[in-house]
Amino acid sequence: MADFLFYLFAFLTVLAAMGVVVNRNAVNAAMCLLLSFAGVAALFTLLDSGLLAFVFLLVYAGAVVVLFLFVVMLLDVQGGDPRKPYQPITAAAAGVALALLVTGLLSLAERGRLPGSVPAAAPGFKEFAARLFTTYLLPVEVTGFLLLISMLGVVVLSKRLGTRGAVK
Amino acid sequence: MSALPSLLAVASLPAEAGLNHYLLVSALLFAIGFFGVLLRKNTLVIYMCLELMLNASALAAVAFSRHNGTIDGLVLVFFIITVAAAEVAVGLAIIVALFRLRHTVQVEELTLLKN
Repeated sequence: MADFLFYLFAFLTVLAAMGVVVNRNAVNAAMCLLLSFAGVAALFTLLDSGLLAFVFLLVYAGAVVVLFLFVVMLLDVQGGDPRKPYQPITAAAAGVALALLVTGLLSLAERGRLPGSVPAAAPGFKEFAARLFTTYLLPVEVTGFLLLISMLGVVVLSKRLGTRGAVK
Repeated sequence: MSALPSLLAVASLPAEAGLNHYLLVSALLFAIGFFGVLLRKNTLVIYMCLELMLNASALAAVAFSRHNGTIDGLVLVFFIITVAAAEVAVGLAIIVALFRLRHTVQVEELTLLKN
């Protein structure tokens, strides 16, 4: 049953990610992004990381996609034509990247003798919180400071540029 | 009658979804995001594809962490999610400021730094 769910959500995630890339409309791309985030959160749940799936849905589907949709609708821009001819350098980079990716996947499939199954015992909320507030206390503080700084940065960036320009 | 179960067994995908499967999904997600960044021209869609790549790395980190039986990878993903939220806020604010200045979000027309 879990394997069936894995394949279901893996296909959902990958198809929605392709939808993000090929959609000409930016709003549709954002909706596909939402679907892809939901699929990744479901994969987190299948990996017994329910807390992370919850936080992921809350932050990504709840905040990031809404922010994307808000900006897309605020700017009212078209997605641009994905079928336009690309620059030769871009095509060359894409070709090299595709070759590298295929090589990596083939080597993973051929020689990657990683053990198949995943251990059953998942860490609970208690261990998570204990680790977060003992070993990783400094990163938690730094991340909080980062959030504060980014909030201030966004406020400064979003201020009307014209107010000071008009004085000059 | 007996051919049907064997046919189903051949046609079905490998049964146990292990670490390799999650890593494959992660690699595919990363590749799709990467090609989106390379091939799309709209800054907002490029930003969405960046998020896809970040998701792929988070998925790989969770899979490795669960495989090793340690909690450190999960904590790392926790921080990745937090930093990504801050990054999206700042990046979209920059895109909005850029749109105010140039009235476009197509990367080909944003050549302010060229030469």
